[in-house]
Amino acid sequence: MTEDTPLLELRGVTKSFGAVRALDGVDLTVPAGKVTALAGDNGAGKSVTIKTIAGLWEPNEGEILWEGTLVHIHTPKDAEARGITTIYQDLALCDNLDIVQNMFLGHESVRRRLLDESTMELAARKTLADLHVTTVRSIRQPVASLSGGQRQSVAVAKAVMQAARLVIMDEPTAALGVAQTQMVLDLIRRLSAQGTAVILISHNLNDVFEVADFISILYLGRTVAAGPAAGFDRQVVVDYMTTGQTARTVGVGASSVSGTEGP
Amino acid sequence: MTETIDEGVTSGEEPQATDTPPAAIGQEQLVVLAPDVLAESLGDYLRAWWQRMRGGESGALPIIVGLIVICIFFEVQSSAFLTATNIVNLFVQATFIVLLGMAELYALILSEIDLSVGFVGAVGASIAMALIGSPQNWVWWAGIIVGMAACFVIGAFQGTIITRLKIPSFVVTLAGLLGWQGVLIYIFDVDKGAVGGVITVSNYVIDDLVSGSMTPLAGWIALAVGVGLYALFTIASTSRRRSQGLSAPPLSITLMTVAAVALAGVVLVWICNLNRGVVTPVRGVPWVIPFVLVVLLAETFFLGRTRLGRYMYAIGASPEAARRAGIKVARVRTVAFALCSFTAGLAAVVYASRLGSISVGFDGGTYVLYAVAAAVIGGASLFGGHGKPIHPLLGGLVIATLTYGLALLNISTAGTDIATALVLLVAVAVDSTLRRRGRAGAA
Repeated sequence: MTEDTPLLELRGVTKSFGAVRALDGVDLTVPAGKVTALAGDNGAGKSVTIKTIAGLWEPNEGEILWEGTLVHIHTPKDAEARGITTIYQDLALCDNLDIVQNMFLGHESVRRRLLDESTMELAARKTLADLHVTTVRSIRQPVASLSGGQRQSVAVAKAVMQAARLVIMDEPTAALGVAQTQMVLDLIRRLSAQGTAVILISHNLNDVFEVADFISILYLGRTVAAGPAAGFDRQVVVDYMTTGQTARTVGVGASSVSGTEGP
Repeated sequence: MTETIDEGVTSGEEPQATDTPPAAIGQEQLVVLAPDVLAESLGDYLRAWWQRMRGGESGALPIIVGLIVICIFFEVQSSAFLTATNIVNLFVQATFIVLLGMAELYALILSEIDLSVGFVGAVGASIAMALIGSPQNWVWWAGIIVGMAACFVIGAFQGTIITRLKIPSFVVTLAGLLGWQGVLIYIFDVDKGAVGGVITVSNYVIDDLVSGSMTPLAGWIALAVGVGLYALFTIASTSRRRSQGLSAPPLSITLMTVAAVALAGVVLVWICNLNRGVVTPVRGVPWVIPFVLVVLLAETFFLGRTRLGRYMYAIGASPEAARRAGIKVARVRTVAFALCSFTAGLAAVVYASRLGSISVGFDGGTYVLYAVAAAVIGGASLFGGHGKPIHPLLGGLVIATLTYGLALLNISTAGTDIATALVLLVAVAVDSTLRRRGRAGAA
């Protein structure tokens, strides 16, 4: 993979549900090891976009490129096989199981057909330590006893554990307080520092500007702007999110996506 | 990380510089991750244990305390309660509901219910007894294998309907409750060995399961072997964990646990070895007690140490999370229902052995409710995801103690039923209060 080839690229992806055109030409570039924020108002197509990447829905038109090659992601298994992990808002954790058990759910280490708890616990501990997740009392405590931020950390660690190359996070900070939000944002930074690409979906522009390297903005199912985060400011992003265009220009780099004219 | 935002920042937003320390795992960090790693002393460990108790992970302690309180109450009320005869009888009486509760546990862990366990078990046991009895005269173990296999197949069948047709287990097993009772009656109609709706247990091995006992010496030897293996296993596994740097209870705790198990075993064998005969001396541990313990161990091992067992807990808590983790949810649930029915079959064999026969009058509808009660009193949750095989054992003992004790006090069946109901409510109330406090404390 050359320096310029993005890890994942969506080109002109469309998706219709009956008469409703949910995606109407989405272009998205996700560089390896960077945080790409996907912004947009409610109904702009963020969820449909990530579900397309996650293999839950197949696009009607358009191309998905993984490391520069055209791929078809038909099922969640296809996505998982390429190292794409999606962390939905509900996190998909089992409250009754402890941290280690959750991190290995569905991928348990087995020795002589029995669960190999020691191996799993050591690996889980290392992953958490690498991510600097240090606030949990014991990795053998049930997930039910964790705070929202800690649960989010476990979900992220689980993705890392399964060798994810792209982690899609859907509103990871939506239900969190200030300190917990900070903890999750730190985690996202560390994840990308380890070389994992992150797609971050967030309504919170503070979060977006704090961690995102690149920003893509959807409006009514289309990509209306994309570029390095440095090329945007809050007002520009809000303009794009609400009207699909902006009269302001900020710095360099940010550009309306070619071939997309405002409504 | 943040170095990408270093040029052309014309927005008013100041990118916050966060200094992350180099990723070195210091000793302090390990302590934060897993404090009990270094909890080498007894005091530390007890403190951690107390924290867990307060956190709602109360385990089996409240129910054991409750059981002791009930025993003291009956001993005070009728000084004839704690005799060897009564205690052994009580254990033996409890075994059927305990095993049926262990069967029901599979369904409860999945957050399901199986109302058919009573009659499904009876169908399996009746098939076994009919095959072993005249005129078929099968070898006892062949009859048992066929009977238990029938239970397994019935469970798998019901599980398939529940998972593939997506019909609630309550409905499917309610139909099972009615339907398998019909099949039970049919078996008694076609079996030529059945007299007046009763199949008598004609085989001495099956008969001896409950009415036979080990010799006193054999009881002691079995205990020594069992406790020895237990000690070896626990000490080996904790020291292996400690050598890998994982949290493990200190040796003193391990030794105390082993000592407690040994003491309980010694008391049990000693009581069983006292003479409880009236005319001729009767001594020794009834075979059914080690039988129940073996089933307990097998189920505990299965649920705790295998993937399939782990998946059952996961599905009980969140089927969606399990599905997304790639677990074949429908298959695991079907297996759970099959194991549920299979264990019910074992319970019904114990029932037949105790009574020396099995009849069309088998009250499977009531027994299943006692089985659920035993599991829940013991600490299993009706909401899925929680519960260990030890729970129906403890709960079954509580129910048997109440029934037996109240009978000794000449209290009517009505009174016994009401008392059992109250204990059920109290047990569930205590459990849910502890759990709620645990949640609130964590939030």
